[in-house]
Amino acid sequence: MRLAAAPAADVRLPAWRARVLVALFAAALAVLLGRAAYLQGMKHEFLQAKGESRYSRVIEIPANRGRILDRNGEALAVSTPVKSIWAIPDEVRLDGAQAEALAKLLGVPARELRKRLEDTERDFVYLKRQVAPEVADRVAELRIPGVFQSREYRRYYPGGEVMAHVLGFTGVDEVGQEGIELAFQGELAGRPGSRRVIKDRMGRIVEDVESIRAAQEGRDVVLALDSRIQHLAFQHLRDAVAQHRARAGGIVVLDAATGELLALANLPTYNPNNRAQLAGAQLRNRAVTDAFEPGSTLKPFTVALALDTGRVRPDSTIQTAPGSLTIGPATIRDAHPAGALTVRQVIQKSSNVGSAKIALGMPAETMWALFDDLGFGAPPRTGFPGEASGKLRPAKTWRPVEQATMSYGHGISVSLVQLARAYTVFARDGELVPVSLVRLASPPPARRVLSSGTAREVRAMLEMAVQPGGTAPRAQIMGYRVAGKTGTAHKQENGGYAPNKYISSFVGFAPVSHPRLVIAVMLDEPSAGEYYGGAVAAPVFSQVMAGALRLLGVPPDAPMTPIELPAPGAEVKESV
Amino acid sequence: MTTATEALGAARALGARFAGNVDGPLLSIALVILAVGLATLFSASTGFPGRVTSQAVNIAVALTVMWVVAQIPPQTLMRFAVPVYLAGVLLLVGVALFGEVVNGARRWLHVGVVRFQPSEIMKIAMPLALAWFFQRREGITTWREWLAAAVMLAVPVALIAKQPDLGTALLVTAAGFYVIFLAGLSWKVMLALAVAAGAAMPLLWSMLHDYQRRRVLTLLDPTSDPLGAGYHIIQSTIAVGSGGLTGKGWLEGTQTHLEFIPERTTDFIFAVFSEEFGLAGNATLLLLYLALIGRGIAIAANAPTLFARLLAGAIVLTFFTYAFVNMGMVSGILPVVGVPLPLVSYGGTALVTLFTGIGILMSIQKHRKLVQT
Repeated sequence: MRLAAAPAADVRLPAWRARVLVALFAAALAVLLGRAAYLQGMKHEFLQAKGESRYSRVIEIPANRGRILDRNGEALAVSTPVKSIWAIPDEVRLDGAQAEALAKLLGVPARELRKRLEDTERDFVYLKRQVAPEVADRVAELRIPGVFQSREYRRYYPGGEVMAHVLGFTGVDEVGQEGIELAFQGELAGRPGSRRVIKDRMGRIVEDVESIRAAQEGRDVVLALDSRIQHLAFQHLRDAVAQHRARAGGIVVLDAATGELLALANLPTYNPNNRAQLAGAQLRNRAVTDAFEPGSTLKPFTVALALDTGRVRPDSTIQTAPGSLTIGPATIRDAHPAGALTVRQVIQKSSNVGSAKIALGMPAETMWALFDDLGFGAPPRTGFPGEASGKLRPAKTWRPVEQATMSYGHGISVSLVQLARAYTVFARDGELVPVSLVRLASPPPARRVLSSGTAREVRAMLEMAVQPGGTAPRAQIMGYRVAGKTGTAHKQENGGYAPNKYISSFVGFAPVSHPRLVIAVMLDEPSAGEYYGGAVAAPVFSQVMAGALRLLGVPPDAPMTPIELPAPGAEVKESV
Repeated sequence: MTTATEALGAARALGARFAGNVDGPLLSIALVILAVGLATLFSASTGFPGRVTSQAVNIAVALTVMWVVAQIPPQTLMRFAVPVYLAGVLLLVGVALFGEVVNGARRWLHVGVVRFQPSEIMKIAMPLALAWFFQRREGITTWREWLAAAVMLAVPVALIAKQPDLGTALLVTAAGFYVIFLAGLSWKVMLALAVAAGAAMPLLWSMLHDYQRRRVLTLLDPTSDPLGAGYHIIQSTIAVGSGGLTGKGWLEGTQTHLEFIPERTTDFIFAVFSEEFGLAGNATLLLLYLALIGRGIAIAANAPTLFARLLAGAIVLTFFTYAFVNMGMVSGILPVVGVPLPLVSYGGTALVTLFTGIGILMSIQKHRKLVQT
């Protein structure tokens, strides 16, 4: 055999080759051990930290959003648990039947669903957010790999459209978008907490390590709002808007003693629980965000200023004949020329000429100062988002005719909230209180704008205005003494006044002996024939005021005799 | 008394008969490493149920193969050298023509129900054939022999590299080169080869596939592609480093159990081991490999024929290469090539190949005296 013949001496490995091999082994060993020592000795802590950063995760614990309550503790906005359905497109495996079932359950078109799941580049897509828990359970029963659920909350508003504008709403991430939800976002939202957890590569939580910060739950916000009065106000406003075919309407109810906002409603409105189709017009909180030329409802302030500064007395006579007044190129007219009127009658009959004459007897600066004191031309700082300031031009720029028209509410604009608030001056003997959205423990400090004597004088005139012979007998309430003023103004359109479009309003308070509530009502473009504030807005005031006073248990201050209304056709029409 | 002695003697005879040509020291060391491997695999196989049992079966098969190979005398092995080599080359050609493409590489061949990688055969067939060749030449080594050896090496390597399977190609080259080196290739030629290889680098680089280049580049800076090619290296260095001096303890490796280590039962099992047993464990494992290699070198040094010596030497060096390349790759000093950690990584094919080599070493050890006659 060849093998046996091989000389053993020939196959010895040369010494240097053996040494090279030994050196090779040694070098390799040194390299491996050196690397291990470097990684595990010197870089140990660094790499350990890096490793931890891969599995140690801080996750957010959401804070529950606080409720919104009315002044009696009734819940107006609550968060209910819902589920969101999401998917990792790359991991989703579903057959045709499953896809169809899923699309049906979620109410998403199957095509849309497929499109979202085809986007395998993304690691996370929402299939549908805010799904009812029952629906989510049925989705889970489909057992589709790659489809997951996460817990979320959905805001629910039991009052629906009745208080939509007051409360506003939250977006899908529970952040306030409008109204109280936005104004009190900070209190309602709370602060999310965080926990440290261990997650594996697939992102599953394997272990809960520690709590870093406990979630601070959102606080409940207790509103000044009285939901009973709110419902009342909304219903009567809605009926009036329908009856008079008005484009829009608003109502504000204030507590005369504290300035608390007891009710606020607008039309058109929307259902905050189903905001699928929302138009901008429905969303507008008109009573707060829209300013309008108020018309005659400003006359009492002009008169009050003249009384307060001693320029007139309640029984001073003002000559309004021949029912018109020419100032420069412009002429002011009364609807029904009435000859000489006392100051009381100027309010009662709502004479433009009388009001203009009184105004022109005063410096523009004085009038401006009163309007400014009343809060016109500046946002009322209720906290509502998007408050309108209204238009109040500086006195220096006033021309005489403008001063005259401003005395009866033209050339100046206010929001309904500003107007209601200004009337607290008459309701509470000359003091003005700030409007509060939240319930107050005690009345806020008030600011004196008029002397109490003047305020009482004007209150008496305003009571006359709602009695037969005044412009708003339909504002009367059986059993209570009522005071108030109508306003009927041509709408502004394209820089001028539209001849047959009106804004009709009424602002008043009751009971006169000890005013408890101030209510301002406004209807935009009543187009069913009647448009005078006394015919359109005053009845709403009367209905809401009557109901609210009864709800609040306010003792009557007038005999319970049926109210007197003038014979049809004999009503006093105010000047427009 | 006598019956007891007789019984003991009989048992011993039976034991010896059963043991056959198995080398005690070599087997003991291999078994210790296998045990370490199984323990590590147990920890690494969360999420891969059944891997431990299935690896136990692989071990049983591999040990049987080892036992059988150990019974084959080196002369018989030598007779098989050429047919096995030629069959290997033919199979590689078969792969190139009819192979199955998996993950973009044509490496697998279907024979009936069995699917296997013919390149694996070359890991043994290459040193076998080259050792046979130099034995035939009886130590006469002129440039003709070197050229012939180079061709024998180059043909299958080229076929494997073409698949493409660069890792295996390099390992087969290494196995063949060790034989040539041990056969006494001139120092000057080696130097010249080294220079030539250096000069050919740019050419080689241009021949590499994109993914292969990326692996090399990623090694230089793993953070350049932390979620792609660099992911393996970053995760494994983190696992190794977070083991520290003494490790986190068996079954306590967080990177392992949170499934951050890729391929943690196969090519990257060393990261699992390192994280759980630390620097102390690494040193121990290296010592075990060193003991195995030392025993192999002793066998090679005592081998009676040139064939046996070259073959044994090449097998030992190949084994060493596997261990070094795998650990180097996992600890981030070598590019990622698919080389399992010998006797530890999960996988039957590699185990069978390794134990075939160990069986050959055992055969050479037991038959060292017989060939003298």
